[in-house]
Amino acid sequence: MQFFGGSDVSPSPPAPTAGGHNANVMYMFNRNGVCLFYREWNRPLRTLNPQQDHKLMFGLLFSLKSLTAKMDPTGADKRNLGVPQLPGQGCSFHSFRTNTYKLSFMESPSGIKIILVTHPRTGDLREALKYIYSLYVEYVAKNPLYDPGTPIRCDLFNTNLDLYVRSIS
Amino acid sequence: MPTAGPRSGDAIFANVERVNAELFTLTYGAIVRQLLTDLEEVEEVNKQLDQMGYNIGTRLIDEFLAKANISRCVDFKETAEMIAKVGFKMFLGVTASVTNWDIEGTCCNMVLEENPLVDFVELPDTCQGLYYCNVLCGVIRGALEMVSMKTEVTWVRDVLRGDDSYELQVKLLKQVPQEYPYKDDE
Repeated sequence: MQFFGGSDVSPSPPAPTAGGHNANVMYMFNRNGVCLFYREWNRPLRTLNPQQDHKLMFGLLFSLKSLTAKMDPTGADKRNLGVPQLPGQGCSFHSFRTNTYKLSFMESPSGIKIILVTHPRTGDLREALKYIYSLYVEYVAKNPLYDPGTPIRCDLFNTNLDLYVRSIS
Repeated sequence: MPTAGPRSGDAIFANVERVNAELFTLTYGAIVRQLLTDLEEVEEVNKQLDQMGYNIGTRLIDEFLAKANISRCVDFKETAEMIAKVGFKMFLGVTASVTNWDIEGTCCNMVLEENPLVDFVELPDTCQGLYYCNVLCGVIRGALEMVSMKTEVTWVRDVLRGDDSYELQVKLLKQVPQEYPYKDDE
């Protein structure tokens, strides 16, 4: 086991792939926990099967969101941890960073959650996530052949998403 | 990076793609006519229009949230103002005004100044129970359900039935917070 002396010491973050994509992995969930979309561009290590991985990710974010809202020092509401939140209450976390990756998160009021895992030196991706949400609206929500609440299988969405993700720094 | 605040209805309306109003009105009219031919019963048509509106609303909410850059509304009053000022403007090009709040703040009326769905329309005697614009009730109900609010939306006044304006009543039944969807032992 290595002993870390500083924040920039090994293991070094994965470099952007030869394909030029700057993101590693992307997930999209809806309000019921259904994984609508999963895409990986660069993921060297896979420990769980896909269903467990998606459930873990959703559960992690659900709990983190709940925790960060309850720990908010500026909030006036002091309910117990574990009580489900009403929309409109509480703050929302938007990213966390480790020494090997950064996870950026966005949730719309309708419950669509977009998660992007990138290299740790990525800047604030909130605008990028909003743009991805608008891509979802254009190619998925407006697509009459798409059944809401089911996994996304829209080629146009995939293509445009790939193009956009290349340009995220 | 500071995030921009919510955009006004006029600003968004100027930026979205628009369709010819007459095409929209005539297409909607064709849908209602076809439903009347297929279903024959006016009550069935009302229900079907509401259901169609509900399906539209569940998809529409994402577009509304993406374009209007809205964060969560704090209470139902703010929600109603958003629907009236931003929502109607963005999708129909008309503004509505919110009136008649009840004491708890869970029920209000929205008055539409104009209604593009009903240009050129007159109801014949055979369709007297028809709520021609019932699709709008469904849209609002569907959209609000996707943001965790169960509502009931009905027409209070309808020009096609002889009143002087279009007035909807939106009543909040309850707020349904998000529950953790997986059982712990799975």
